[in-house]
Amino acid sequence: MDLTLLLIQLLNGVQYGLLLFLIASGLTIVFGIMGVINLAHGSFYMVGAYLAWSLTAWTGSIFWALLLGVPLAAMLGLLVERLFIVHLYNRDHLQQVLLTFGLILIFNEMQSIIWGDDPHSVPKPDFLQFSIPLTEVQSYPAYNLFLAAVCLVLAGVMYWVVQKTRLGMRIRAGSSNPEMIQALGINTKVLFATVFSIGTTMAALAGLLAAPERSVYPGIGEQVLIISFVVVVIGGIGSIKGAFVGAMMIGLMDSLGATILRAFDDVELMSGLSVDNLTSVTVYALMAAILLWRPAGLYGRAH
Amino acid sequence: MTVVPRWPALLLLAAVAIGLALVPVFGETYAIKVATRMIVFAIFAMSLDLLLGYTGLVSFGHAAFFGLAAYTLQIYSPEYEAVNIALALPVVIGVTAFVGALIGALVVRTSGIYFIMVTLAFAQMMFYFFHDSQIAGGSDGAYIWVKPVLAVGETILIDFEDRATLLWFALGLMLAVYGLLIMLLRSPFGQVIQGIKVNEHRMRALGYDTYRYKLVSYVISAAVASLAGFVYACIDGYISPELLGWKESGIGLAMVILGGMGTLFGPIVGAVAFIGVEELARERELVGFLADHFQIIMGCFVIAVVLMLRNGLAGSLGGAPRAKPDPVETEVPGGEKP
Repeated sequence: MDLTLLLIQLLNGVQYGLLLFLIASGLTIVFGIMGVINLAHGSFYMVGAYLAWSLTAWTGSIFWALLLGVPLAAMLGLLVERLFIVHLYNRDHLQQVLLTFGLILIFNEMQSIIWGDDPHSVPKPDFLQFSIPLTEVQSYPAYNLFLAAVCLVLAGVMYWVVQKTRLGMRIRAGSSNPEMIQALGINTKVLFATVFSIGTTMAALAGLLAAPERSVYPGIGEQVLIISFVVVVIGGIGSIKGAFVGAMMIGLMDSLGATILRAFDDVELMSGLSVDNLTSVTVYALMAAILLWRPAGLYGRAH
Repeated sequence: MTVVPRWPALLLLAAVAIGLALVPVFGETYAIKVATRMIVFAIFAMSLDLLLGYTGLVSFGHAAFFGLAAYTLQIYSPEYEAVNIALALPVVIGVTAFVGALIGALVVRTSGIYFIMVTLAFAQMMFYFFHDSQIAGGSDGAYIWVKPVLAVGETILIDFEDRATLLWFALGLMLAVYGLLIMLLRSPFGQVIQGIKVNEHRMRALGYDTYRYKLVSYVISAAVASLAGFVYACIDGYISPELLGWKESGIGLAMVILGGMGTLFGPIVGAVAFIGVEELARERELVGFLADHFQIIMGCFVIAVVLMLRNGLAGSLGGAPRAKPDPVETEVPGGEKP
């Protein structure tokens, strides 16, 4: 394994980690403040990805798609909160899991009805079509760097919002003591709706941004949802810092782990099972190891 | 806290059991298959209810054991001859319980929302294990070409090739599971796990090692789920990684809630009703083009159940008394009810 390949995998891991952070942070905030497990979080990623595909086809550019897609996603998030999630505050986790499970079934079928079941690819913007050469044979696509940079900026913006603004103050207060902020006269109804809408919009934004790099196909929402769950559990539920650390760990584990395991693809553990088949299993093994060490995640408090 | 089903519950259970038992007499192959699936999921939902309704553990990865059992049967069966049930059933239960103990030892350390997410993650791990490797056909799934038989020496007593036999066998299994779980819940062990559900701290203060009780409950639940997986694999003889998927786990949860959590016979009713609705939602004459997208109907159905049926179908019929007493009533003795 040479060094350039390792560098490429490292970059891939960081970029995937940043993308995961964008998705998982929304999931963790919604749980931290509202106490709601939203299984349908991945569906918003899926909606974002499909919006990227149809809006890019319509307007001709992913940037227009972003500009139009984000407000659409925010409205969808608000609608879902008003119609369904509002019934889930103060209900137990089981009912939250079930209702949002029902939402996933509906979202998936709506996707199949509206957009069909074929996979699609979304064109990258012209000026990001090139690749940056690293050696004579290997290069790194510019769009992936752009994607990483945008995610990094968004993470910075989120840090600023949470730490420095009034809304962020309420979010932080809400995640440590929801009853108290209500007693202090803050309208939690508006706060919850805002937070839910922001959280789901971030998932949709991640879907919009990632669409040109990964293709758009049925079932992407669930894939993303379950891996974000792993991120959130590793970091500690409700902790944004934890989501960042967890996302980076999973991102790097996914790309570097896959590279390392692929080097052993001729090693058979038993008939039909070779070492590189275990790539998808490694991230879950990482999570299991961390939970053995800290049952509430790296930065979590026991809920 | 006694777990004695009341008369309406037993009558309904008897009606359901007799109804299912008569399907092979009047129905065709398809009806028998649907009825067998109802029984399979009734067993699966009961195993889940032991965790949800009686131990207070919300598992979102229980299909892992259901699917693992199906895979174990496929791998254990010889390719061109029938496997003997007397050998295969203990192997399937044993393997599943063993894996359940391994996973349980880890997941039972966590609680609440962590438990939900961690059980999901372990189920996904097993899903990818079977999906990405070439064991039993990988993502394509695999077939059990010759269905299991129960044979003593050379005489075949039970042959699962006959669909009616399979249904009756499954029904017997379901009733046996129901009876055994009721006995379990009435035993001192059952009383302890129900105590853990209501207040784990108090049980620990009383000196019970709650971790071990929860772990044993988890393993029993996995073993019961393996029975469901065993029968399921015999219906069509086809298994695929989707059996371990999180959608199956979610459907199990929906059945328990639909029927009524913590009632044990509720999940039976829930499974029968859920699969009944699913069959209706696939009926083209009834729902038109939505038959191709019947999951949208199931999604709405699940949401409606959560919002409207908080005690489940069994809640109003009076199954076993719910484990959780109303805190307001117990804390204000002699107080007037509002």
